[in-house]
Amino acid sequence: MGKLVQRKPLSWSEQLYLPAVLSGLGRTWRQMFQPDITLQYPEERPVIADDYRGAPGLVRDDEGREKCVSCQLCEFICPPKAIMIKPAEIRDAAASETQGPDNVEKAPKEFFIDMLRCIYCGYCEEVCPEEAIFMTGVYELNGATRAELVHDKDKLYEIGGTRVDKIKKWKGK
Amino acid sequence: MSEHFLFDLVAALVKILVFVHIALILAAYMSLAERKVSAWMQDRLGPNRVGYGGALQPIADALKFLFKEDVVPGHVDKLLYVLAPAMCVVPAFLVLAVIPFGPNVSVLGRSVPLVIADLDIGILWVFAISSLGVYGITFAGWASNSKYPLMGGVRASAQMISYEICLGLSVVGIFMATGSLRLTDVVTHQADGVWNIFVQFPGFLVFAIAAFAETNRLPFDMPEAETELVAGYHTEYSSMKFAMFFMAEYTSMFVFSALVATLFLGGWDIPFVSEAALRALGNWGALLGFLSFMLKACAFLFFYVWVRWTLPRFRFDQLMALGWKVLLPLALANLVITGLVYLLWDHFHPALGF
Repeated sequence: MGKLVQRKPLSWSEQLYLPAVLSGLGRTWRQMFQPDITLQYPEERPVIADDYRGAPGLVRDDEGREKCVSCQLCEFICPPKAIMIKPAEIRDAAASETQGPDNVEKAPKEFFIDMLRCIYCGYCEEVCPEEAIFMTGVYELNGATRAELVHDKDKLYEIGGTRVDKIKKWKGK
Repeated sequence: MSEHFLFDLVAALVKILVFVHIALILAAYMSLAERKVSAWMQDRLGPNRVGYGGALQPIADALKFLFKEDVVPGHVDKLLYVLAPAMCVVPAFLVLAVIPFGPNVSVLGRSVPLVIADLDIGILWVFAISSLGVYGITFAGWASNSKYPLMGGVRASAQMISYEICLGLSVVGIFMATGSLRLTDVVTHQADGVWNIFVQFPGFLVFAIAAFAETNRLPFDMPEAETELVAGYHTEYSSMKFAMFFMAEYTSMFVFSALVATLFLGGWDIPFVSEAALRALGNWGALLGFLSFMLKACAFLFFYVWVRWTLPRFRFDQLMALGWKVLLPLALANLVITGLVYLLWDHFHPALGF
C-alpha cells in the first residue's frame, strides 16, 4: 500500500508565485555576499587529517636507522599485492663503523610499492610490528610512465621521513 | 552628392560600428558576468585565472571557440545547418538599429541622434525582426536531424510564437500614452513625465517575463534545457557555430534589456535631472544620458542572470499555460484598462476643469 500524499491547495498568494519568486531572488542576493568557500587548490592546500590514508611511506627513527626489519608481513597482508620486499643481511660490525649504525634486525634491501595497485587500505600500517610503514598525507601522485609510480625504497623514505617515537626500542643496541 | 548625405552616411557607419561593438563586447562580457554571478551566488569564485580576476576570460573563450575543430555531423542538412547560426545572430543585431542609446550629440555643429535608424515604426521593427530569430533556432533543430535538437527547435518555435503575442500586447499601453511608435518619442515622453514602469507596471511585468521567454533564458530555457535535451537545438553544433548561438542569445538579451530600459525605465533619462539641464551640458550631457541608459540596460542584464540562478525551469505545459492563460489575459486587461482610462480622461477632464 502506497501512502497517499495530500496536496495542500495553494493559497491565492502562492498561486501568484511572485512572492515565492521574490523571496528566492532575495535568497540568491544575500548568498552573493557570503564568503566564498572555494579552495584555490595549487596555491591553497586542504588541511589533511593526521590519520589520512595517503601514499604509504617508510620511516626512520631519530638515529636515522631504518625501522623496517623486512619481516614481510605487509607484503603478505597487502590485498592488491602492491608491496614487494627483498630482505637483506645485517651488515658486519666493520661495515657499520664506516657506514653508520646498521639495523639490529634485518633491513630491506629493496622495497617496492606499486602505487598503481595500492588501494590505500592501510593494512600495511596496521600489521607492521615495528611501526615502520605509515599511511601519509601525500595525496598527489603522478608520473609520466607507469614505472614512475612504482615507489622504490628511496622514494618511500622520502615520503615517510623520520618519525620520533616515545619508546626507543633499539636505543644503544 | 551633397555634403549632407556624406555626413549622414559617415555618422551612420560610425554609429553602427560603435553600437554593434558595444553589443558584441557586452555579449562577451555577459558570459563572464554570468559565470561570476552564478559563482558568487553559489559561494564560489568563478573564473579568476585569465587576467585580473578573470577579466580576460571572454577573450580566452573566444580564442578557444575559434581554434576548436568545427565538426559537421554527416547526417545534417548542410545548407540549413550552416545557415541557422547566422539566422540567429543577424536578427539579434538588426534590432539594435532602432534602440536610442542616448540623446542627440552635436558633431561639427550638427545634431546627431544616438540611434542608428530612428524609425517611425520603431517597436514594430523590433517585434518583426526579433521574431525572425525563431527561424534560426527551428532551422538548427531541423537541420541537425537528430531527436533532441528537433525537440528543442519545436519547443522554441511554440514558445517564442506564444510569448510574442504577450510581448506585443504588453507595450501597447505605452504607445497609447506616447502616441508614437518611435522609440525616441517614448523616451522623451518619459523624460517629460514619469517612467512607464510606474504607470504601466502590469505591462512591465508581462514584458519582462515574455522577454525571458523570447531570449530562451531560464526559467524558460525549454529549447536548450540541458537536463532534458542534452543541449537542445545546438546539440550538434561545435566551434564558432556554437559560439554564434551563444552570441545571439547574449546579444538578444542585451537588446531586450535595452528595450526594457527604453520602454519602461526612461531610456537615457536621469531621474530628477531635467532634459533641459542635460542639454545645457552639451555633449557631456549626452554622455551622461548614454551612461544612464547603459546602466539601466546592464541592471536589467544583471536581473536576467540573477533570475537564471534563482528559479528552476518550468515544465513545458506550465510554460504554455503561463503564457496563454495568465500573461495574455493580463496583457489584454492592461490594454483595456489603459485604453479606458485614456478615453475617460479625454472625455471628462475638460468637464472637471483641469
